[in-house]
Amino acid sequence: MREWLPHLRPGDWGTLLLGLALAGASFPLLWRGGVADRAVVKRDGAVLAEFALNAARRFEVEGPIGRTVIEIAPGRARVASDPGLHQYCVKQGWLTRPNSIAICAPNHVSLQLTGKDSSFDSLNY
Amino acid sequence: MPLFAFLIIGEWYFQTMSVELTVTADDRRVARFAAAAIVLTIAEAAIPSPLPGVKPGLANIVVLVVLLRHGWADAAWVSLLRVFAASLLMGQFLAPGFFLSLAGALASLATLALTVRLPSRWFGPVTHSVAAAFAHMAAQLVVARLWLVPHDGVFLLTPIFATAALCFGAINGLIAAKLLVELDQ
Repeated sequence: MREWLPHLRPGDWGTLLLGLALAGASFPLLWRGGVADRAVVKRDGAVLAEFALNAARRFEVEGPIGRTVIEIAPGRARVASDPGLHQYCVKQGWLTRPNSIAICAPNHVSLQLTGKDSSFDSLNY
Repeated sequence: MPLFAFLIIGEWYFQTMSVELTVTADDRRVARFAAAAIVLTIAEAAIPSPLPGVKPGLANIVVLVVLLRHGWADAAWVSLLRVFAASLLMGQFLAPGFFLSLAGALASLATLALTVRLPSRWFGPVTHSVAAAFAHMAAQLVVARLWLVPHDGVFLLTPIFATAALCFGAINGLIAAKLLVELDQ
């Protein structure tokens, strides 16, 4: 380690500090990304229910192949269970970011979080 | 090395076709450095990466050495030859990765044109390398945002790319500094 130090000139330390500051500043700036404040449950594209993400509750949806259970918690939501074969929407786990979406296609149910700026969703991404 | 075979065949071809190509010592030097940069790029492509785009950028060590020994014009030749030749060899020519690579190289070269004017007593290869690495990252993010991912979601990766740029930029700069000292001995 020590043998490399002579290769750093005085200004290089400044550059490294500046780079460190830039990289460090980018963390909170870009990982904030807005806060999800509502969960929207849809069946066949029609809104069934909307919940504010401020209290825990469960919501059950009857779809063509069975019952999908949505679980709402403060600041997040998930599909707790679903009759679908592959369980993709259940395996997605808790959704926390605005515009993220879990789709239980076999049962025609979707759960999406919305924030203040809802111009894009996770499918677009 | 298929590349060297390629170069030798190329030279033989031009000789036998008696094409009037005057190859100067400068051309040979640029070609030799570019070949080294291409080899590093291809070797690096074999290293697994957790995220596309996070790479050490070892070829930039060669660009830095050329910049500080032979000037910006030679460095630009080596850098751009590397982008084109490596993408051709890896079958990525005109693929999205090629344009990201080209954008990064152009932004780096523009940055190096500025940083190389800084007083060399204070600012060495590490400064050039870190500055170029950040420019490279920024240009790639902008191209990715404008062209490949029509959503600000790409910028969520900025912290990861910035950290990688800082680390790899510093390490490459140190290696280039050491190489320059050894080449001068």
